[in-house]
Amino acid sequence: MSSSTSVRASSQVTASQGIETPSGHEPDERGHFGRFGGRWVPEALVAALDELETAYEKARHDPEFLAELDRLHRDYTGRPSPLTDVPKLSQHAGGARILLKREDLNHTGSHKINNVLGQALLTKRMGKKRVIAETGAGQHGVATATACALLDLECVVYMGEVDTRRQALNVARMRLLGATVIPVKTGSRTLKDAINEALRDWVTNVDSTHYLLGTVAGPHPFPQMVRDFHRVIGLEARAQVLERTGRLPTAIAACVGGGSNAIGIFHAFLDDPGVRLVGFEPGGDGVETGRHGATLSEGSPGALHGAFSYLLQDEDGQTAESYSISAGLDYPGVGPEHALLKDLGRAEYQPVTDAEAMDAFALLCRTEGIIPAIESAHAVAGALRLGKELGPDAVILVNLSGRGDKDVDTAAKWFGMIGQDESAEAADGTAIAEGATQQRSGSFADPGSETEGIQA
Amino acid sequence: MSERASGPSTRSVADVFARCRAEGRGALVGYLPAGYPTVDGAVELLTAMSEGGCDLLEVGVPYSDPVMDGPTIQAAADTALRNGFRLRDVFGTIERVSAAGGNCLVMTYFNPVLRYGVDRFAADLAAAGGLGLITPDLIPDEADDWFAASDKYGLSRTFLVSPSSTDERIASTTAASSGFVYATSIMGVTGARDSVNAAAGEIVGRTRPHTSLPIGVGLGVRSGDQAAEIAGFADGVIVGSAFVSAAEQGGPDAVRALARELAAGVARAGLPQPA
Repeated sequence: MSSSTSVRASSQVTASQGIETPSGHEPDERGHFGRFGGRWVPEALVAALDELETAYEKARHDPEFLAELDRLHRDYTGRPSPLTDVPKLSQHAGGARILLKREDLNHTGSHKINNVLGQALLTKRMGKKRVIAETGAGQHGVATATACALLDLECVVYMGEVDTRRQALNVARMRLLGATVIPVKTGSRTLKDAINEALRDWVTNVDSTHYLLGTVAGPHPFPQMVRDFHRVIGLEARAQVLERTGRLPTAIAACVGGGSNAIGIFHAFLDDPGVRLVGFEPGGDGVETGRHGATLSEGSPGALHGAFSYLLQDEDGQTAESYSISAGLDYPGVGPEHALLKDLGRAEYQPVTDAEAMDAFALLCRTEGIIPAIESAHAVAGALRLGKELGPDAVILVNLSGRGDKDVDTAAKWFGMIGQDESAEAADGTAIAEGATQQRSGSFADPGSETEGIQA
Repeated sequence: MSERASGPSTRSVADVFARCRAEGRGALVGYLPAGYPTVDGAVELLTAMSEGGCDLLEVGVPYSDPVMDGPTIQAAADTALRNGFRLRDVFGTIERVSAAGGNCLVMTYFNPVLRYGVDRFAADLAAAGGLGLITPDLIPDEADDWFAASDKYGLSRTFLVSPSSTDERIASTTAASSGFVYATSIMGVTGARDSVNAAAGEIVGRTRPHTSLPIGVGLGVRSGDQAAEIAGFADGVIVGSAFVSAAEQGGPDAVRALARELAAGVARAGLPQPA
């Protein structure tokens, strides 16, 4: 292959390379990505953000920190995560070759651990003893609770009450890990409101507390730092794809809520102009219904949660309520670097509806034996769409950002295995089995069909 | 009946503080969200606060994501939005309250201003008789458009300083401010508290050397005694959640009575002494 594709062997890629080596796509000194990003925060938080920025800049050049991060990611997270060929899924994508980057196989079940271990180590370095976090699907909360257990930090997780219901399993996991989970009962009671409460806590307790933000949104330095902790995804995947296929991928598919897994895999390919970068946003019931979370596709520029970026808002600048079947994507904002990539045209963003995502979810379960997180199922659905468009010569790299154990309840309801008021844990297993048998004509049994799910 | 000293209509925040100083006292600054509980209701409440002795009124803009506010003001903002408050209503509110003798500033999270258009918001605020803007989640680092608009329309810019601010940031933030500087007395969100934190005096003392602007202190004040304590070292005493609670419990009569109590506390303290 050409010299532009020469990189380290995948076995030589380490997490620390993502933070030690600048990507060449840095924000300005005040954290602006073009007109986006920056610090749209109360003055009370500026000192803590400065402290964090200083600690991060120091740590990223400290061999001891880098070695510790790499050791944890190798021995605890299980990096590098594998690259999986999925030929049977590919048959449903116009024959394009689909490769899954298996972040779902990381310890705690998603890409979130990449960032969490980095920030938890920084918390120790800053001498802070208490960590707060927001969570939507619970993946970031579980990863944070895990790192806090490992590193002896007090952990408080804010989670919207709606999300504590639809992700009950992850609430239990966090509590088992010793975290305090606070259900947030204000506003829309989802991720946006969990972030509001976490910010209120941080303003009050900033001396003793680190806010371990879980995505590439928020005030500087979070979008840059969280991105850097996730760059390992793309660095590994780029080397793995080259080794496996002898070429760069045609396109990359990732789901976008706040945008952390997408920026993590996109970043290693920003300077490969031939590689299409496509982010798939939660289309919910369809963007035409207004019930969605497709911030980049449908939103407009504004300031929310500390950054200037795209957001879903009404004409008075009030944040609109987002909706998605996926708690982890159900957010009316998005990271500022994605906003820049959209404006530059370097990345494109498309909505995927709940129904499309759940069809892809079913398909991946049945064809490849992989139960994806519903968030990641949006990326799988996107890859199917891209494959049909690009044809059999295409290689499509999908960031399978998380696994679907947490979503069994939601999926069992969607596919009519249990009633809307039941939980999978509490339901009668025989009824689930027989219910599933009776529903064989539905989309779950026949994933290639055009039906939109058997609950209808 | 107005209990405030009568005089020529006020044209700026500086005039308000100067007049209070001439009377040998600090200023009382009262906050209430526009549209709470309704647009007309808020006009009545704000007017009553002015009549009771608030020298300045902070007219809040109800916002969906008020991360600096505690439960009392969050709930009031929710109520206002549920009752149909629209951003443009803030201008009508200020026009009516100003006509009744009140001196109005707007206190707002910045995204509604961005969405409305910074220049257009400033123009409409000035036209309505508003004196300036307090921006709890806008720091001078991101405020280029607001500098230009506030200069163009003669509006005051009140930024916040916090106990966590470095001296360097206190210097740059006060240099960017006009009208008065808002010192948050504690680390935390809005809400009435029983005692005045020692940090209040400290942050005023740290801010004073950097500016000749009046310094107002907010977050947590609810009684005349607390107001007197703060007026002992600050130029302005800012009260928010306590007015919202009073409005909820007793409407215009209650906020007027609270304003009287607080104004008496401020007057009792006389001019602020160096911290």
